[in-house]
Amino acid sequence: MKLEVRDLEKVYASRSGFTHALAPTSFEVSSGEFVCLLGPSGCGKSTTLFAIAGLDEPTRGEILLDGQRVRGPGRDRGMVFQNYTLFPWLNVIDNTRFSFELEANIDRSSTCAEVMTQIGRASALLELMGLSAFERALPRELSGGMKQRVAIARALTNQPKLLLMDEPFGALDSQTREEMQDMMLLLHAHETMTVIFVTHDVEEALYLSTRILVFSPRPGCIVRDLAAPFGMHREPALKLAPEFMRLKRELLDLLRQPRTGDGHHGDRFRKLITETKLPSTP
Amino acid sequence: MAVWWWLSERELVNPIFLPKPVQVWAAARELCADENLWLDVQASFLRVTAGFLFSAAIALPLGVIIGAFRVGEAVLQPIMEFVRYIPVPALIPVLMVLFGIDEFSKIMLIFIGTFFQLVLMVADEVRRVPNDLLQVSYTLGARRGEVLRLVLWRGAMPGIFDALRLCNGWAWTYLIVAELVAANEGLGYRILKFSRFLQTPQIWVYLLILGVIGLALDFAFRRFNARVFHWADTTKR
Repeated sequence: MKLEVRDLEKVYASRSGFTHALAPTSFEVSSGEFVCLLGPSGCGKSTTLFAIAGLDEPTRGEILLDGQRVRGPGRDRGMVFQNYTLFPWLNVIDNTRFSFELEANIDRSSTCAEVMTQIGRASALLELMGLSAFERALPRELSGGMKQRVAIARALTNQPKLLLMDEPFGALDSQTREEMQDMMLLLHAHETMTVIFVTHDVEEALYLSTRILVFSPRPGCIVRDLAAPFGMHREPALKLAPEFMRLKRELLDLLRQPRTGDGHHGDRFRKLITETKLPSTP
Repeated sequence: MAVWWWLSERELVNPIFLPKPVQVWAAARELCADENLWLDVQASFLRVTAGFLFSAAIALPLGVIIGAFRVGEAVLQPIMEFVRYIPVPALIPVLMVLFGIDEFSKIMLIFIGTFFQLVLMVADEVRRVPNDLLQVSYTLGARRGEVLRLVLWRGAMPGIFDALRLCNGWAWTYLIVAELVAANEGLGYRILKFSRFLQTPQIWVYLLILGVIGLALDFAFRRFNARVFHWADTTKR
């Protein structure tokens, strides 16, 4: 698996004019990585993630997944959102199995054995998440942390090449959040998978990822590409280690710096708008 | 009840307008024995049901189209909004010219009274389904038709059925309007006839029957919604 993001750029048109959300951004992600996109709010990190998911059209640039250009959302990229996105009318197991009934799935796995493997996989994932006892529960009966665990399991049932996560623990209390982080580490070790994880929390990024891409404030671009030097096995005590604290300090300082060179960007920006022929606002 | 009893016993209100409970009870017993009452209830019920089902059958798909597709919204919504503000009783002369004074014009009146409201309510419910749910379905591999059927429609259903419940109430209102204008049977027609002869106890009996029917239907709808859509977080509605 190889993901290439090439000169990705995004301009939003709104009532009050144009917002340059993301300056040209390029990076690559390869198999097995756990990449955190870290930055202040509005820096374009979520925009980048939604573009990779195919849910948001970039103004410019392209995204290649294994050489294929991303043209829309698809089952090879699973997504977990910040908001709870379980279908409230389906119980936990049916939520997890949602994609099995879809035409895209029926086209692909025609044999009975394959379907049985899938069903087994859904149950196995729920068991891994500690949710076996809640298979028949409805989403409204679950806590926030449990809902997100189901959402993760559901995203993984398709065996996506990439798991995209948009601040998935942002709405959780700090204790649940830490539990979920440890669960993510376990999951990443257990399932060989590639994760792109958006967060604005420096500690979360350092604790979870193998690599951190730091975004500047709007218009966002990558100001630092950092490999997290903590190995694969991590425990909560790591958050108190000197090296961890030092990197955390460094990243916090980096995030605090204001972006320079806006004038230069203004020119580029105008050029971009005239070239891409966005509708002008009255 | 107590206030009613007290007012009528003391004859503080002209007894022609406000009969005593005893008189109403006597009238009720008398009317129950009369088969006209049951024919009236049956006629009215059939009319409401026909108008309501007709209206729902067209409003549901159209509402989903308006709620789900921008093109549908741009083309259809302004028309619906416009017609919605025309008071339905004002259309009676037009309906009588177009469809005569028989059964069909009454059903059409109920249809027009409920349809435009219902379309917009259904569209609103469809729009209220969180965008996140649509996005997550796409990332799970759903196609447009599947998202429409499995997510938008399913997610909007409790709201849509609640809209149907409200709409059924309005259907009864327009039924009475229709029957007051021209009919040979039905609850509204009978009320008009009683009022010509100043038979107030009988009018009261019919009003009570209308109330009971409305309450019963509302209760049935609520029970149905609560059972079928038990997954919905009712506290948020």
